[in-house]
Amino acid sequence: MRELRYREAVREAIAEEMEADESVFLMGEEVGHYQGAYKVSEGLLARFGEKRVIDTPIAEAGFAGIGIGAAMTGLRPVIEFMTWNFSFVAFDQIISNAAKIRQMSGGTIDVPIVFRGPNGAAKQVASQHSHSVDPFYTNIPGIFVVMPATPRDAKGLLKTAIRCNDPVVFLEGETLYNVKGEVPDEGEEELIPFGKGRIGREGTDCTIVAFGRPYYETMQAAEKLAEDGIECEVVDPRTLRPLDLDLLVESVKKTHRCVVVHEHWPYGGPGAEIVDQIQRHAFDWLDAPIERVGSLDVPMPYASNLENFVLPTVERITDAVRKVTYSEKK
Amino acid sequence: MYLIRRFEEEAARAYAQGKIGGFLHLYIGQEAIAVGAAAALKDGDTVFQTYRDHGISLALGSTPEACMAELFGKDTGVSRGMGGSMHFFDKANGFMGGWGIVGGHVAVAAGAAFKAKYAGDDSVTLCFFGEGATNIGGFHEGLSLAGLWKLPIVFICENNQYAMGTPMSRTSAIQDLTLKAQGYGMHGDRFAGYDVATVRERVQQAVDRARKGEGPTFIEIETYRFRGHSMSDPAKYRSRAELEERKKKDPLAITKSQLTDAGMSLEAIDEVEEAVEEVVSAAVKAADAAEPAKEEVMFDSVMATKLGPKNREEAEV
Repeated sequence: MRELRYREAVREAIAEEMEADESVFLMGEEVGHYQGAYKVSEGLLARFGEKRVIDTPIAEAGFAGIGIGAAMTGLRPVIEFMTWNFSFVAFDQIISNAAKIRQMSGGTIDVPIVFRGPNGAAKQVASQHSHSVDPFYTNIPGIFVVMPATPRDAKGLLKTAIRCNDPVVFLEGETLYNVKGEVPDEGEEELIPFGKGRIGREGTDCTIVAFGRPYYETMQAAEKLAEDGIECEVVDPRTLRPLDLDLLVESVKKTHRCVVVHEHWPYGGPGAEIVDQIQRHAFDWLDAPIERVGSLDVPMPYASNLENFVLPTVERITDAVRKVTYSEKK
Repeated sequence: MYLIRRFEEEAARAYAQGKIGGFLHLYIGQEAIAVGAAAALKDGDTVFQTYRDHGISLALGSTPEACMAELFGKDTGVSRGMGGSMHFFDKANGFMGGWGIVGGHVAVAAGAAFKAKYAGDDSVTLCFFGEGATNIGGFHEGLSLAGLWKLPIVFICENNQYAMGTPMSRTSAIQDLTLKAQGYGMHGDRFAGYDVATVRERVQQAVDRARKGEGPTFIEIETYRFRGHSMSDPAKYRSRAELEERKKKDPLAITKSQLTDAGMSLEAIDEVEEAVEEVVSAAVKAADAAEPAKEEVMFDSVMATKLGPKNREEAEV
């Protein structure tokens, strides 16, 4: 297998699907001539032309709406938000329109559309540009929510998303774009299904559920704990809606302990949902209350010392695992 | 036009009897616009409307049975009981929906026009909204992109004078709404919508222009709704005298006098009206007798991909 950066994996998925299907196009701010604000779409304009790689004005509600109308009438738009923070001005389009049209029309109109872009905090971009939006979108029936942590998952899941006949919210990560990882060789097509998680690391003492950016802090925490003889199983659900509950429950039944790590704020959200599902489906197997590690419950400050304090850290994850395994720091 | 009028009068009656729930926004008084505009279209064209959508759906060819059944929340409804009054959909007839959020469908309609341009077909999209929508962001972003990309779309503003209960003098800094569209580089037209033939002719000009690739048009059509904003609105913000004055321009009366002027006998008009009566009362009877909306459709219709809940147990917490 090759190694690719996350951004290259996303780009390959878009390019391959555009190559395979004339109805797929990419639309968003600076996706064409600028080559993408985060260089995800670099080279796509030269390859596919202005008809299919479309620069828009700064008008998220407008181009999200255009995408929805195009999807309703047979195209397969990939709509890029420069960051998910800007999706809030298009919130109504995603919630009231994309997620509702199919049922509202008695099942007669499909909306095959992907909304994608970087999610979560970057580095010192302060409170208006540091939202992890997964809690907002996972609450809504009618859309899928995908949050891949690795290049391989990003590629395989984005290909599935583009071929999906329903709206997909696809949450990448600005700080993940440079991450390198193994991706199947060219010509070896991999489509990763929605609702199937992945074991990032096997272990017997504690399950850690992690997705998106803090997956990497979680993996580091697991390695650190292993030095003290605590073997954690890291499970990445990869899609938050639908959720691979079977995989989570299976792991907890093996380890009897669980910590859930997420970038979003502590109140509600997929982190709380996962805890709730596990306690209801694996209650008798649990030997300790489930712990959660998320961003601290404050808007993101600018200063780097404080930003690092707010985001989930390796230390907070190891502390949580020690708490549920009743083990002292050595 | 008479079918729309009588359909809605019966709907109002059924609403009063508790057979229809939720909101019910009547189009009574505005019928010439839906009928005239629909007559300017051909197969493959698409139409988007607000929640005041019964008129256009019927004008485009939805059956009164399916429309009434939708209001009654029945499985035989145009949206199988999932949409109700505000969300009629009839894809086969080009009707892409009644939309419930003011201004929210404007960019979506532009998206359907975008598809026509992308695919290189010659279809045209009509997008209806009220004058109240011209103050919200969604309207401006939709027009902005449609103008920028010269999309084959006609925006039709049905200016019925009141955004719910607020007159335009208190919502808009300018009273000629075509000025708002000028900034987006599109053609503008503005006329009164009481005569169905005028509506057809003027909308046709805009549709032809769009079909030839000459870009979008914004049309402001003066009209008036005879009923309140919805069934719960007694319309106390306007005077009885104003309403009576406006009713002198009832599009149905105008059409009727045009027909008799053209030589159609009153008996022949009566025959048409009687036929409509039968259709509407049959629609009410059929809607009454139809099966209620189905749980399995509710679950099944949410997504095309079958990964969601299929029954109540799976859909619970």
